[in-house]
Parts: sequence; structure tokens; C-alpha cells
Amino acid sequence: MTNLSNSLALELKDVRKSFGKSEIIRGASLSLAKGERLAVIGPNGAGKSTLFNLVSGRFGISGGDICLNGTSISGLKPFEINRLGLARSFQISNLFENLSVYENLRCAVLWSMGYKYSFWQRLGGLRDAHQRAEEVLEQIGLQRQRKVIAGVLTYAEQRALEIGITIAGGADVILLDEPTAGMSRSESDAAVELIRKVTVGKSLVMVEHDMSVVFGLADKIAVLVYGEVIACDTPANIRSNAAVQAAYLGHEATEEHA
Amino acid sequence: MTYSPLNLGRLLVWGGFALILLIAPLIFTKGASLSILSLIGTLMIFGLSYNMLLGQGGMLSFGHAVYSGLGAFFVVHTMNSTGIGAAIPITLMPLVGGLAGMFFGVLFGYVTTKKAGTTFAMITLGLVELVFASSLMFPGFFGGEGGVTTNRVRGDAFFGITYGPQIQVYYLIAAWLFVSTIAMFAFTQTPLGRIVNAVRDNPERVEFIGYNTQWVRYLTLILSAFFAGISGALGTINFEIVSAENVSAIRSGAVLLFVFIGGIGFFFGPLLGAVVGVFFSVMLSDHTPAWQLYLGLFFILLVRFAPAGLASLILMLVRVASFGKFGRIWKPLTGVCVAAIVGLAGFVAAVEMLYHLTLNAANGTVMSLFGQQVDTKAAMPWLMVLVVLMVSYGLYRLFKPVYYAAWSEVNAEITAKLRGSMA
Repeated sequence: MTNLSNSLALELKDVRKSFGKSEIIRGASLSLAKGERLAVIGPNGAGKSTLFNLVSGRFGISGGDICLNGTSISGLKPFEINRLGLARSFQISNLFENLSVYENLRCAVLWSMGYKYSFWQRLGGLRDAHQRAEEVLEQIGLQRQRKVIAGVLTYAEQRALEIGITIAGGADVILLDEPTAGMSRSESDAAVELIRKVTVGKSLVMVEHDMSVVFGLADKIAVLVYGEVIACDTPANIRSNAAVQAAYLGHEATEEHA
Repeated sequence: MTYSPLNLGRLLVWGGFALILLIAPLIFTKGASLSILSLIGTLMIFGLSYNMLLGQGGMLSFGHAVYSGLGAFFVVHTMNSTGIGAAIPITLMPLVGGLAGMFFGVLFGYVTTKKAGTTFAMITLGLVELVFASSLMFPGFFGGEGGVTTNRVRGDAFFGITYGPQIQVYYLIAAWLFVSTIAMFAFTQTPLGRIVNAVRDNPERVEFIGYNTQWVRYLTLILSAFFAGISGALGTINFEIVSAENVSAIRSGAVLLFVFIGGIGFFFGPLLGAVVGVFFSVMLSDHTPAWQLYLGLFFILLVRFAPAGLASLILMLVRVASFGKFGRIWKPLTGVCVAAIVGLAGFVAAVEMLYHLTLNAANGTVMSLFGQQVDTKAAMPWLMVLVVLMVSYGLYRLFKPVYYAAWSEVNAEITAKLRGSMA
């Protein structure tokens, strides 16, 4: 490995994915430097969620290579990728519905704290797991709901818990799939603050439709159109990129400024 | 449960449980009570071990008897052996059964737990049929149709314990039940015990927090098979015979039914389920050939009206009582119960008369029912049954709306109060 790739948290090299005969991701290449915040945008059906599923190991790739901190993770299972330091959230909240908020978070920290499949230790005695769960609980602002069953939380609370579970394990590369989808303006603002707070010092990739969130959070923006990354640059450069405007942004950008 | 050291409440619950186990034989002293209590104890361990899969791990197994049954066969052969097995005291035989069950958990579980959900259920169904079929193919080990018999009384008495009298067997079962229950409860409070809950709720997400769900299921199944083996061993010591029935789908289905009746969502549900199960399959079957019909109907009614099992029914009443609102529901509740009991009497009379007519008519049409001599061919008894059923229905229609109204009102108040205290 070269020094260059060692400074990259995540690198996608000509990644391809086909479902049957239709190729959804057609040679996407991306790189994320350590500590960088990258937003992936693109029209519906561009393959943003598929890309996340490939990186996190939910689907296997059909071609190319994906490297996490300089090591190839293609072909690894989700839990193996997670153990290497990558965590993701889901577009539709994916929680442990019959467990309390606190238990959801404690489950999410157990592996990273080395408790693995232990059936010889009392959960109640694991002070460090307890402290870490409490810490995340405070960060996501759900202390009051700690005993509430995750399945009955409000939508915004579920979204916050979704992010909480994702970051609880202390992974240094975080993938967030539409963290503010379906939120009101104020909820979305709160979510942006939350994301900013919990990803300090981490590398972040997020799929997002809300342009104010994208321009507010991201250091870099990647534009995905029909399974290809047509541009990856700073927000200012993306705004002025002709190809991007033609393919995607122009229409919405004018709408926003109107 | 949050961080809490050993507390008084927990000590009281376990102390109470131990006390009940200790004094149960002193309270129930009639003829067969000891055998029935022994049977309940064995079934409780089996049920709790099954619920590690179903309730805690969301694994619907149709083949759990494989582990208890194979454990039982290993125990019966150990008890009969003249070699090293003869050196193992009867008191420790459940450990042999547990280890044998665990061994087969390691072996079979690797295959069954590869997948969850329906696939898991179907593979366990195939597995139990496979083991049952091989029990007929290898009569040397499984004893063929007659099974394998043994004698639990052997060697010298140890502090006067020979396991000859049933009371000694009962206390052996009670002791193992107590230890196993504590161990299985402790399991629910460990990292693996909690992660298996997470796997039940959302296996996909568990993969994204670092866990291999297949391993979580596999390890849980191995531990569950250990306790199933213990119950198989205790059954062997109790009955002194093991047959192919012990590894059958019927036995596996029964534990599923009883655990579900008790309530899979609660740790102590299987304890209630075991009592109900023995009541139907042992006590009621002594009195009526229609016991399976009653069990089936009871199951349907329970699933319809209390899908979370008897445990949930009790806990809901306890919750209402603990908020001091029981006074508002007990009157309509009694009304509904009276309606149910009257209806039950009418229904039982009808079923018993019908059974007598179809199965026992050769001995004359007169039968004894609720202490009365009844002619099942006459119109009068049938008319009375009809009247009783109509009265029951009338009472039900009368009390049900009142009860429902009171129940939902009380529970709405409790929910509001809980929410208020949280904010």
C-alpha cells in the first residue's frame, strides 16, 4: 500500500454492481480522506443506497474494489466490515424494536468493548459498556426516553436512536443514509447539529436529499448519476460545475434560490 | 434492566421460588401428587430451555425434543452401564444428560441455526423426523418399540438417599430445577443473552454492530440444548424408561404449545405453561378422553384473547392492582368469569355426553356427569345444556361491555400516569 491510500479512510475503485442484467453501479470511484465529511447526492435511482449497501457489505460487489483504511473489504460480511471500523445507519429506521432505548445502545457497544459472545459476565456489571451507552444516550438527547421501547418512539426520536446505534460502537468511518429524511425543518436542523457533534474526528459519508443539510455539513460532495460518480469536489466547486448542473443540481438549485 | 446490584426484591422472588419447591410436596399429598409435581418440574426445565430459543431468540423450533430425548438416551445407557457410568451417582446424571444434549446441540445446531425464521423452523422439523426415524433404525441404542428401561436404585445409599421413594426423586428434580432456572435467568442478563434478543428483533441490524447472527443463534441453541438434556435426564430418572417418543415431533410440539400458553415474552411464562400442560395432559387425561379437545380449545381461546400468554394476563392484572385500581374492575371481571364458568360447564356437559354416545354407548346410554346419572339419549339433558349455554351467552353479553369499558378506562389512566411521571 502506498502512503496515499493509507491516508484514505475509504476508497472505491471502479466499483460495479449488477442485479441480473441491469447494472446499477457502473464503475463508481470515490475516495474519502480521514476526518473528511462527504455527501453523496444524485437523482432518485442513481444508486446512492446501493452504493452504501456495497460499502457496508450488505450486498457483494460485482467488480472493482473497496478499501477501508487501506485494506480491501470486498467480499467481507457486514459484521466483519463493522469490526474493521465502519458503521452505517439506515434510511428506514432499523432498530431493536422490543428493547428499550438504553438496551439498544448497550447492544451496539458490546462488540467494540470486547464482550463478544460472553455468557459468563453479568451485563449489569459491565461498567464501561454502561458508561458508553449513557454517553451516547446523552449525545443523542434521549435520556428521558431511556426506558421507552424503541418501537414506540416518535419518528424523530427513532432517527436519533438510529444515529446513536451507528456511532455507539466507536467506528471511525460512519455512513449515514438519509439521516434527515422525512423531518421537519426544525427537526432537521437539530439532526444536523447532532451529526456534527457525534462525528467530530471521524470520517463521514452521507446520502442526503436536503441541499441545506448537504451544504451545511459536507466538506466535499460527490454527485452520483446512473451509477457513476460524475463529480467529487468542494461544495463551491460543485455548485459551479456545469456537468453537475446539467445532470442534476441546476434544476433544484434554481428552485432553491427562487 | 439497568445497572442494579443484588436487590431485596430479587432475593425475595428466588427465596419464594425455593420455598414453593420445598413445601409443595407437603401441601399436595394426595396419591399421585408427587409424580405430578416431579413431572411439572421436569417440564419446567424443558419449557425454560425452549423459551431461550423461541421467546428470547425468536427461533421457532419444532424439534427441541431431539436434545432432551437424546440426552435421556445417553443417561439411560450410562445408568445401565457397568463401566465408568456405574461410578457416576444418580444425583449427577442430569449433568450427563445436559452434556449429551449440548453435544447434539453442537452437532445439529450448526446446521439448523445457519438460517433464521421459517427456514430454521422447517429444518428443525426435518431434523426431529430424522432422529425419530433413526430411533426405529437403531434398536440397539434406542430400544426399538419398547424403549430402554433402567433402575434408578443402585449402589449403596448415600446419606440415606437411594432414590427409591418418589419424594427423593422429587427433591432431586426440584434442586435441579432451581439451579437451572437461576442459570437460565442469569443467561438473560449476559451480553450473549441480550444480543440474542436483538437478533430476535432485528437480525439484519445486529450484523452491522459487529455480531455474526449465526453464531449468536448457534451458541444460544447449544446452551439451550444443555438444559433440555438436563430435563431429559430427570425424566429418565423419574420414569426409569426412555423410548422413541422422547425424541418425537409430538414431544417437541407439546413443549411449544405449553410454552406459548405460559407466555413466550416472559422469563417465567414456561413455568406457568408447564403447570397447565401437566394439568391437561396428565390430570385431565385421567378423567376424560376429550382432554385434547379441551386443550386445543383452551389454546385457541388463549391465542384469541391473551396472545401473550397466561403470564401477560397475570401481569396486566397485577399492574392494575399495583395502581390501586383493581376495585374498579373486579365486579365486571367476576361477571365475565361467572359467564365463562357457566359456559364451560354447559360445553363440557355437551362434549362428555357426545363422547359417551359415540365411544361408550355399548355400555348403555346412561352416564355419570357432575355426580348425576344422565341418560344421553334423552332430550332433557340436551335441553338443559342448551339452556345453560344460552344463560352463559346472555351473562357474557351483559358483562362484557361493562368490563371492556372499565378495563380500557383503567389502563388508559395508568398509561397517562406513567407518561406523566416520565416527563
